[in-house]
Amino acid sequence: MIDYDETKTDLPVGAFPAVALPVVVEVKNVTREFRDDRGNGIVALDNVSLSVRQGEFVSLIGPSGCGKTSLLRLIAGLDEPQSGEILADGEPVTGTSHERGYVFQQANLFPWKTVEENVAFGLKARGVYAQRRSDVAEYLEMAGLKGFERAYPHQISGGMAQRAALVRSLINRPKALLLDEPMGALDSFTRMDLQEKLLELWQSFGTTMILVTHDIDEAVYLSDRVVIMTPRPGRISEIIDIASPFPRNRSSAIFVELRNRVLEKFHLAGAEPPVEYII
Amino acid sequence: MKHSYWRLFAVLPYAAALASNILIPPVIEIDELPFRGLLAALTAYFGTRGLLALRGGPYAEALDRGARFYGAVGVVFMVWDVLSSKTGVLPLPFFPGPAQIMEVMFRERSAHAVNCLYSLRLFAAGFAAGSLFGSVSGILIGWSDRWHYWLFPIMKVVGVIPAIALVPLVLIVMPDTFSTAVALVAISAWFPVAFTTARGIRSIDRTYFEAARILGASDFYMLRKIAIPGAVPAIFTGISTATGIAFSTLVVSEMIGARGGLGYYINLAMGWMNYASVYAAIVIMAILFISVLTAINGIKNRLLAWQKGLIK
Ligand SMILES: Nc1ncnc2c1ncn2[C@@H]1O[C@H](COP(=O)(O)OP(=O)(O)OP(=O)(O)O)[C@@H](O)[C@H]1O
Ligand SMILES: [Mg+2]
Repeated sequence: MIDYDETKTDLPVGAFPAVALPVVVEVKNVTREFRDDRGNGIVALDNVSLSVRQGEFVSLIGPSGCGKTSLLRLIAGLDEPQSGEILADGEPVTGTSHERGYVFQQANLFPWKTVEENVAFGLKARGVYAQRRSDVAEYLEMAGLKGFERAYPHQISGGMAQRAALVRSLINRPKALLLDEPMGALDSFTRMDLQEKLLELWQSFGTTMILVTHDIDEAVYLSDRVVIMTPRPGRISEIIDIASPFPRNRSSAIFVELRNRVLEKFHLAGAEPPVEYII
Repeated sequence: MKHSYWRLFAVLPYAAALASNILIPPVIEIDELPFRGLLAALTAYFGTRGLLALRGGPYAEALDRGARFYGAVGVVFMVWDVLSSKTGVLPLPFFPGPAQIMEVMFRERSAHAVNCLYSLRLFAAGFAAGSLFGSVSGILIGWSDRWHYWLFPIMKVVGVIPAIALVPLVLIVMPDTFSTAVALVAISAWFPVAFTTARGIRSIDRTYFEAARILGASDFYMLRKIAIPGAVPAIFTGISTATGIAFSTLVVSEMIGARGGLGYYINLAMGWMNYASVYAAIVIMAILFISVLTAINGIKNRLLAWQKGLIK
């Protein structure tokens, strides 16, 4: 097991195995401040830097309010920082792009469209539906949604809706997929199911994944690296390599050790462990 | 077994009303046949439903649920008939009996049909224009910040003015009474539709727009595929409200200067002190408006099939 710590000032080194793949997303000294209702400033992100290489799976964990969603929205181009810079493929991010997909915490499928129409949305919006219409069935199949093509979102389960939202993003073949607690609202069995699906899709597409989660187990199970954030002001306190080959076994000694390490760093970072961990 | 008595109650009062109408002689000169035809038809209708309900199932349950109400209506028919044309207890000509109203409806059926068509034509023209204009302006005001800034306050002020109050103004602008009435109906339908549409678009969850943008949608594509379908429930809320308001505007504007229509007919009948005709027109109006509302509801349910089971 490769064991090294990274200091906060250094840009993180690439994933395990340490092959010099190109950096897909680079966050450079980004600060984002919000104003609350009374006009007081809230520093959601304070001088945050992070770079993610092509094909990497990175998880962001941290207590509520530490700026995970804010960071993800900035990378997506849904928001702008007060200072610092975000590069995607070396180019400054100025707005959203279908190259950076986003899966929201609530599946937010369009309720007036069927599952199939939801999945086809990106192709139609970009005017490539005619060439790629056969992909829709393929992606629906991948998500295990065969037979539910004509169902409306409220007629399917939460897990199915999240799988649909996942392939709705993936059908655009994004370079990076940003996932904001996509499994937060699911029960643990459905969640494990979706984790497998996510791993499978990640491995077959090689999409760079940035996942926000509050579940340490999930972060360790899925990621190449786990980024621990702390609140007030939102900062990255630690980046931990999960140097263990896939598929991982949640009950293996090495997995337990890695998880304990993340938990320990989490405590060192001054954060309460997420409730979900104490089972 | 308890329910089957109620099933009997749905049909018996109509049969009783028919019997009493035949057995008791009227105190006025009247053609009883149309009313008897109605009672016979209703007796046959509820009798058939009762027979079909013998098989049980949801159909029987529906009849059992409605039976008390249907029966009560039959009782009202009978009592009303006895108190009016059979005994003269209710003062004439202000309170004619059901047989007199049915007599008028039958005798003047072609006049009623023509006036119905007049009203429908006016309603269709005014309401279609009003809700089309209302949804378009509502979409613009809801979608564009600039339109919202300039037009929303104006709409709020103009919208609360009852369309009828604008009669003098509209009369100056419009060339004839029909187009005046169309304009009044259109104005009264416009406001509720525009207002709820604008608000509907503004209350669409922001993350739908964000998701669409990230998936590669342009502004115009989002307008067509997110804003408008997302606002359809609100548009229909507006249209339902608008229907009622447009109906009252319709009747009032027909009363103040049209050459046809149910409102005009009521005015005319009032002039002749023909109250049976007035009530006949009111009944026809109710049937007409209920039909229109049902049609609009049908369209709404089709367009909002995606909501089925979502609400409630
Ligand atoms: N639009 C906004 N306006 C004002 N304050 C905001 C806004 N968005 C975020 N904040 C504040 O910034 C801080 C970070 O928020 P953020 O949503 O990024 O946290 P998070 O780590 O995603 O939390 P959670 O785990 O609860 O989702 C919080 O204190 C929040 O109140
Ligand atoms: Mg969040």
